[in-house]
Amino acid sequence: MMARDPDDRNPASKPRETEETDTTMATAQLEDELITTEVETGSTERAGRPDETVVATTGLTVHYGDDQALWDVDIEIPVHKVTAIIGPSGCGKSTFLRSINRMNDQIDGCRIGGELHFHGKNVYDEDVDPVALRRKIGMVFQKPNPFPKSIYDNVAYGLRVQGKDDEVDLDAAVEDALRGAALWDEVKDKLDESGLELSGGQQQRLCIARTIATDPEVLLMDEPTSALDPVAASKIEDLIDELVEEYTVVIVTHNMQQAARISDKTAVFLNGGELVEFDRTATIFENPADDRVEDYITGKFG
Amino acid sequence: MSTETEHDLFGDVDLKWEHAKNRLFLWVIFAASMFGVAMLALLLLDIGTDFYVGLTEFNISLTDFLTRDGSRREELSGFRGAIVASIMLMILTAVLAFFVGVGSAIYLEEYAPDNRVTRLIEANLANLAGVPSIVYGLLALAAVVNGIGTGPVLMAGAIALGLLVMSIIIVSSQEALRAVPDSVRNGSYATGATKWQTIRGVVLPAAIPGIMTGTILALARAIGETAPLLMVGAIFVNRMPSGPFDRFSGMPTQIYAWAAEPSPHFIHLAAIGIVVLLTFLFVMNGLAMYIRHRYETEI
Ligand SMILES: Nc1ncnc2c1ncn2[C@@H]1O[C@H](COP(=O)(O)OP(=O)(O)OP(=O)(O)O)[C@@H](O)[C@H]1O
Ligand SMILES: [Mg+2]
Repeated sequence: MMARDPDDRNPASKPRETEETDTTMATAQLEDELITTEVETGSTERAGRPDETVVATTGLTVHYGDDQALWDVDIEIPVHKVTAIIGPSGCGKSTFLRSINRMNDQIDGCRIGGELHFHGKNVYDEDVDPVALRRKIGMVFQKPNPFPKSIYDNVAYGLRVQGKDDEVDLDAAVEDALRGAALWDEVKDKLDESGLELSGGQQQRLCIARTIATDPEVLLMDEPTSALDPVAASKIEDLIDELVEEYTVVIVTHNMQQAARISDKTAVFLNGGELVEFDRTATIFENPADDRVEDYITGKFG
Repeated sequence: MSTETEHDLFGDVDLKWEHAKNRLFLWVIFAASMFGVAMLALLLLDIGTDFYVGLTEFNISLTDFLTRDGSRREELSGFRGAIVASIMLMILTAVLAFFVGVGSAIYLEEYAPDNRVTRLIEANLANLAGVPSIVYGLLALAAVVNGIGTGPVLMAGAIALGLLVMSIIIVSSQEALRAVPDSVRNGSYATGATKWQTIRGVVLPAAIPGIMTGTILALARAIGETAPLLMVGAIFVNRMPSGPFDRFSGMPTQIYAWAAEPSPHFIHLAAIGIVVLLTFLFVMNGLAMYIRHRYETEI
């Protein structure tokens, strides 16, 4: 297990000398230092393990009607690691995530080109059933979308539709998933209340619980902590850290510190749908090859 | 000087006439909306007096009225056969129209490709909802009463009413399905559900209050329909129907028959019948409102 000093994830608790020099210089330095520190905590033995690809794309393109949203993306996502997707708003992060589990199929006018391999199989081949694919690749959406059902039924839904509800102890599975999503204590006394009556952040965790309940191999998370307070967010980060021992996590985030903290590899999308750089997180944050990536990360861009 | 300027600041702006126009317009639209209410009140008052006169001057006992069947003899005549026939009609109509209606709505909203054929079907359904009810009666007369040769039985009436309400049920069910956000469907697909599992598991449960409301309102319209029942021959019958293949007369046709009688006693029987029919209508509308209100916070 990744037993890390819990203080490490909280930059505020780090003593930091504030030099009284040129203010802009100081800010830049501060930011640099902050990220560097975090990357060091992130680069644990997990990051050192050799990469074994589970999802790979070659020349992946996505069009919405006449607009191209992704341009020739080549990426190899390693198994049992956390891959972060970062980039400015509208650069195609969600689009990329949705093309992994073929959720783009649901969008009218969305066309996909190139190949996307899952365990070596192109998922866009004719003989791949997207339903089967989605049972192995779960997804948490950017906007919480609980079902208009009870909290319990929300979490049990996946197990029920996948016919796993009589193999497992449903009550226990629901409890585990809710605990994993750091929601159990808040809802354990009202499991039959509607999931829609929860707060936005609670709904987001409910959707996480719903997704992890079915034990998918790959977990796609689209800004899963965007609506959460720091405590809940750090619980989700702990969960990701734990999950990645058995699963593969791909996470979209706008929070640089979060990406640096929790991911092993980072992909940077820029310029309306171009994968500009993909490398070990430490490299991306300390020594990116592309100037635009450096500019983006240090906040000079986007 | 300053006070004077302040006083005259808006002196050149004369809004008196504009405000008067505003008030006038408000009164006109208020009167227009009150017109309907006033007419309804007058109608209810008229029925109310007839109802009262019927109970007092003609000594019609409400219990006898509700427990006796129709009769040629005015003092023995009651409404039971018509009430039972109307209830049976409602149940048969609901069964006939609900599944076909909701099924078509699911097909059109969830499955049908967005092409010319689909749009043509939808446009025709909208037109169908505006077809005069007597036409459906004519259809049932030709196809069922004479075509299949059932004769003027309750089932033929139910088929006419079922066709009448089906387009209304389809359109209102489509609206209810459309109100379910796509994000909920996507959540289901992403959990590894098939299309049918998604529809069964999340879309229909979310849409069912809207579908029920639409269905009840459609049935409330059907229960008062007279023309299609007259078309299939639901008149001159006084007794309770023994089943769907028995001859019948529903509440509106019974009222119609009584109202056509010369004797004032029969006219007042009709007035009491109208009160009973209106009670059914109000209860059904109330039920629809309750369902809508009860579930409107969902989603
Ligand atoms: N359903 C859709 N239909 C048409 N165009 C879309 C659709 N979804 C996304 N796009 C377009 O594709 C581009 C990428 O969108 P996407 O949602 O993938 O961005 P994103 O990186 O996830 O942004 P954000 O950080 O704001 O979530 C945008 O230009 C957007 O307008
Ligand atoms: Mg997005």
